[in-house]
Amino acid sequence: MSQSSTEVTRQKEQEPGTGGNFKTSVGARHGWDRFFTALVFAATLIGLAVLGVLLVDVGRQGVPVLSWHFFTSLGSADAENAGFLPAILGSLWLLGIVLIVAVPVGIAAAVYLEEYANDNWLNRLIEINISNLAGVPSIIYGLLGLGVFVYIFGLGRSILTGGLILSLLILPVIIIATREAVRAVPQSVREGAYALGATQWEAIRHHVLPQALPGALTGTILALSRAIGETAPLIAIGAVPYMTFLPEGLLSSFTAMPIQIYNWTGEPEEAFQNLAAAGIVVLMLVLLVSNAGAIWLRNKFQRRN
Amino acid sequence: MTVETRQGQGSGQNLWRESRARNVRERLVRVVLRACAYISILTTFGIVFVLFGEAFTFFQDVSIVRFLTETQWTAGFATTPEDGEFGIIVLAWATIFSTIIACVVALPIGLGAAIYLSEYASAGLRRWLKPALEILAGVPTIVYGFFALTFVTPFLQGTILPGIQIYNILSASLVMGVMIIPTVASVSEDAIYAVPRGLREGAYALGATKREVATKVVVPAAISGIVASFVLGISRAVGETMIMAVAAGALAQLTVNPLESMQTMTAYIVQVTSGESPRGSLEYETIFAVGATLFVMTLLLNTIAYWFVRRFREVY
Repeated sequence: MSQSSTEVTRQKEQEPGTGGNFKTSVGARHGWDRFFTALVFAATLIGLAVLGVLLVDVGRQGVPVLSWHFFTSLGSADAENAGFLPAILGSLWLLGIVLIVAVPVGIAAAVYLEEYANDNWLNRLIEINISNLAGVPSIIYGLLGLGVFVYIFGLGRSILTGGLILSLLILPVIIIATREAVRAVPQSVREGAYALGATQWEAIRHHVLPQALPGALTGTILALSRAIGETAPLIAIGAVPYMTFLPEGLLSSFTAMPIQIYNWTGEPEEAFQNLAAAGIVVLMLVLLVSNAGAIWLRNKFQRRN
Repeated sequence: MTVETRQGQGSGQNLWRESRARNVRERLVRVVLRACAYISILTTFGIVFVLFGEAFTFFQDVSIVRFLTETQWTAGFATTPEDGEFGIIVLAWATIFSTIIACVVALPIGLGAAIYLSEYASAGLRRWLKPALEILAGVPTIVYGFFALTFVTPFLQGTILPGIQIYNILSASLVMGVMIIPTVASVSEDAIYAVPRGLREGAYALGATKREVATKVVVPAAISGIVASFVLGISRAVGETMIMAVAAGALAQLTVNPLESMQTMTAYIVQVTSGESPRGSLEYETIFAVGATLFVMTLLLNTIAYWFVRRFREVY
């Protein structure tokens, strides 16, 4: 019975021009091919075109505002006097805290998970947990900061709270990137070190980490630039709208570049919109330079392998 | 093992002491590194504790039934639990609606870009296009918000949609769609790139054209990775905050008109936290109830994506 049904299908396929599912009109198929190629090429370009329009639009509005006064003045409720200095310093403070807290902790956690951890339920839980944390919306970290750091730990709406929250936020990104870099170091490097009498930590410190460094650094720079651009969690813990003084220490209240941009964007006067655009120009320049640096580093590293 | 090697050299007590110190150091390093790895567990614990702890207090004032069934959100005007309405559906619908619009933009474009990068682009072009997409992914969301408010909305107003309001969900969602393109494209591309060459060559040998190979062989073979990229993109759209807070406005209303302002869950949290809301006030508690809802939604989506990614890794 199965043979006869095969027979039927075969006969069907042999009918000229239809051939079952297989379309034989080569011209039409190639026409569709050209259309499809154009379509997917356009899809690739749309995002970049929007990026181009965005940069031109922001530049057109923002660049004329950039001046010595803009970089050196304090915040103000008055558009003509308002400057970006407290925001720039605030972002630098935050970056400093993130560098001190998130980078060593992230690298340490990655080394533990790759080099030391056994395959038991606890370590598997940590692994799943880290990939989940990487997907938690940043505003949720802001609520964590508000509930735990601001109120329970009593750190207030301070630079320290902001820095710690950003550290927690980018920790999973650093861990994931560093783990990949550590995993890529060949096993023979470790074995060579052991053979010469090195302990596990000595092998890691002197041989594995130096080789994993470029990869880890790339991921870390990308994570740091995410921290610089992050807005929502800082609003949630209560960064101030504008500062008429400079941040003085870890427990000082603060603003940051994206926060200042957000507040200027919310003002109805057009002068403030232009200030926001100028702030964006500065922020984007910082991010473009650091991201380009990270990508360059990775390309150099990949070519060597 | 190390200890024996050192003692084998037979040079006595000094070395033995040194190796004991080394053992202590080894153990210490291990403990410190492990503690760093456990911080991630503490973070999750902290998030769950804060969100659900405060949400629990909120649900003692406003029952969960009211939270799930009421059809208005007037928490901003309520001083007591009785004189306000707390229907999460209003904020959740805005989130879902904006996500749908963003996905209509981002999923096809992201997949198209992934197909182009993996199947069509020459190696030289790829070297330029991939970093460019990464730069697109690195643009802070506040910048996208500014762009949606000061460029896209006026542009739509001046060309095809004169009736659009200054704050509207359409421009915000369209720009959010552009924001997720790189996420969808890069995860999909990884999956498509991982499809074995033999499958493509087999199809070519049967006379298939390049498009037929891409759409009928490669994409189906990479489908679980592609689905994972879609789910990750959706999850990012659900959690996106600044674009919505800046460009979609703060009007908590239940509507299907994309030209009007709608407030998403994330935008609501921003609105409340950027004003004065003392700890313990009803408004303060609402943001944690909303945050808990958001957390559960994204956790669910991320878990689905994680499951799909693992499936696609197992195949090859």
